[in-house]
Amino acid sequence: MNRYPEIADRLMGLDEAVSRFVKDGCQLAIGGFTITRNPMAVAYEIVRQRVKDIHLVCHSHGQALDVLIGAGCVRRLEIAYGGNGRYAPTCVRFKKAVQRSEIEFEDYSNYQMSLRFLAGALGMPFLPTKSGLGSDLMNYEGFSPDIRKEAKVASRKYAMMDNPFSEERDEVVLLPALTPDVTILHAQYVGDDGTVRIKGLTFADIEQAKAADTVIITCEDIVPSSFIRMDPDQNSLPPFFVDAIVKAPYGAHPTACYGFYDYDPKHLNLYRKVAEDDALFKGYLDEWVYGVNSWEDYLAKVGMEMILKIKANPVIGYAPGLDRK
Amino acid sequence: MIQYSDNEMMALAAGRFIKDGDIVFAGTGVSMLAATAAKRIFAPKAVIFFETGGIDPSLDEIPMAVADLRVMTGTSLNSGLIEAFSIVGHRKLHTVAFLGAAQIDRYGNLNTTCIGDYFKPRTRFSGSGGACDVAAYASGVITFMQHEKRRFVEKLDYLTSVGWYKGGNSRKELGLRRGGALAVVTNLGVLRFHEETKEMYLTEYFPGVTVEKIVESTGFPIDTSMAVEAESPTPGELQILREEVDPQRLICQAILAAPQR
Repeated sequence: MNRYPEIADRLMGLDEAVSRFVKDGCQLAIGGFTITRNPMAVAYEIVRQRVKDIHLVCHSHGQALDVLIGAGCVRRLEIAYGGNGRYAPTCVRFKKAVQRSEIEFEDYSNYQMSLRFLAGALGMPFLPTKSGLGSDLMNYEGFSPDIRKEAKVASRKYAMMDNPFSEERDEVVLLPALTPDVTILHAQYVGDDGTVRIKGLTFADIEQAKAADTVIITCEDIVPSSFIRMDPDQNSLPPFFVDAIVKAPYGAHPTACYGFYDYDPKHLNLYRKVAEDDALFKGYLDEWVYGVNSWEDYLAKVGMEMILKIKANPVIGYAPGLDRK
Repeated sequence: MIQYSDNEMMALAAGRFIKDGDIVFAGTGVSMLAATAAKRIFAPKAVIFFETGGIDPSLDEIPMAVADLRVMTGTSLNSGLIEAFSIVGHRKLHTVAFLGAAQIDRYGNLNTTCIGDYFKPRTRFSGSGGACDVAAYASGVITFMQHEKRRFVEKLDYLTSVGWYKGGNSRKELGLRRGGALAVVTNLGVLRFHEETKEMYLTEYFPGVTVEKIVESTGFPIDTSMAVEAESPTPGELQILREEVDPQRLICQAILAAPQR
């Protein structure tokens, strides 16, 4: 007997969500920001299924971005920032991939990328901004003319326009919309009706989800819709935007999830160290991704001691006093 | 003699620029220390917010990234990136942004993207993040730098975030309506920008630092004629920094300023 009849057709495991929706060569957006709420369980599963040639579209990302690039899943990247805060001011595998010309990349800024997702969500071909005027973001096109002919790549990085409502010269930058094939997000709650609730900061998750053709949500827990609908002001996405729901407690580890757990400083420090060395990094993937049979196995490796250390105080939202060195 | 780290001196020097009522945009590292110090010591009615969408958090512990859960607690509002950028450029607000960079030029333009060729860089950095955006929209930018010749350069390898662009009136001519580089705070001193030419000049050198050392560590000529020695931090200021702002001493005691690379 299925406990959740309303979402029965969308409730699935990590393996099914990835094999059904995350195809070779797809354009993929990931939710979260640097060291918070990265959809890690799905990112690891993408690596495990050896999905290739992903076109990743990001604002400021950290751990999921770096694991996907490091594992060789990413061919093309549009990005504003690759960093893990104080734990890796520049994401190490991202840095190496760019320096070794292993990926095609193009730089934008956070606001620019957020506007591009918003344009996609609104069904607009572009949106204007003042961000980028005078910057080399406007002088260097990362993608070649050949790449620009491919699906899901904008025909130009941007266009300039004079404000048509002004008598004086007043230039704006027009940014092409993004409509990813798939957006993957990690949320705290999904209702048993499919409503999504993200707690803490939402970053650009909602725009990323609404811009995408397909949305995969992992969540800490599935809760009764009577609870979700008691306080709808707190909700982030209505059910009809969601195509796959996967229950994955601690699904953002080693990044943080507000109200549930903090980032794992020990793991982030370990990761930075192994990421610097190709052989060590391969060993890391073997140990933490390929060699793990299930999400439960992964959490068993993290270990109860760390799970308890990073467990958030539910009132404060993080783990006060956590050793974060 | 009072002992203090570079980061502590820089945070306090930058914090003094913040006034009550300012809306302060903080980045990672020493900029986080400076923003919190500003509010706890110099301008209790300033408001700290983050590009990730956290507005006026209680900051009982120092965040290690702008998406740290600690920017979401005790806030007046938790939102997202689009909402945060509607604050940075808001016409009613005086917004001051704290940034860090790998390179800076005499007009306060910043590079956080790469060293060497863009397509085949010797060193690739994180990229703009929100830096290009706040440099375009905020009322003013204060930048933290390690004061080294290879970082204070004639020409940036990549111009990520616009300061005074090419000096004079060139920033306005780009179509940017307000803002510009307000100051640069380094491990050696404080620099500001000439009213008309928009060129960087030295205003303060830190105790124990000579003007010659600063000139030697700057890759372009700077006017030092108005420079004075900065005051050392007071024991009271350091106590607030260490016991209230960063009780775990995660940033206070680090030697290097952000961004560390």
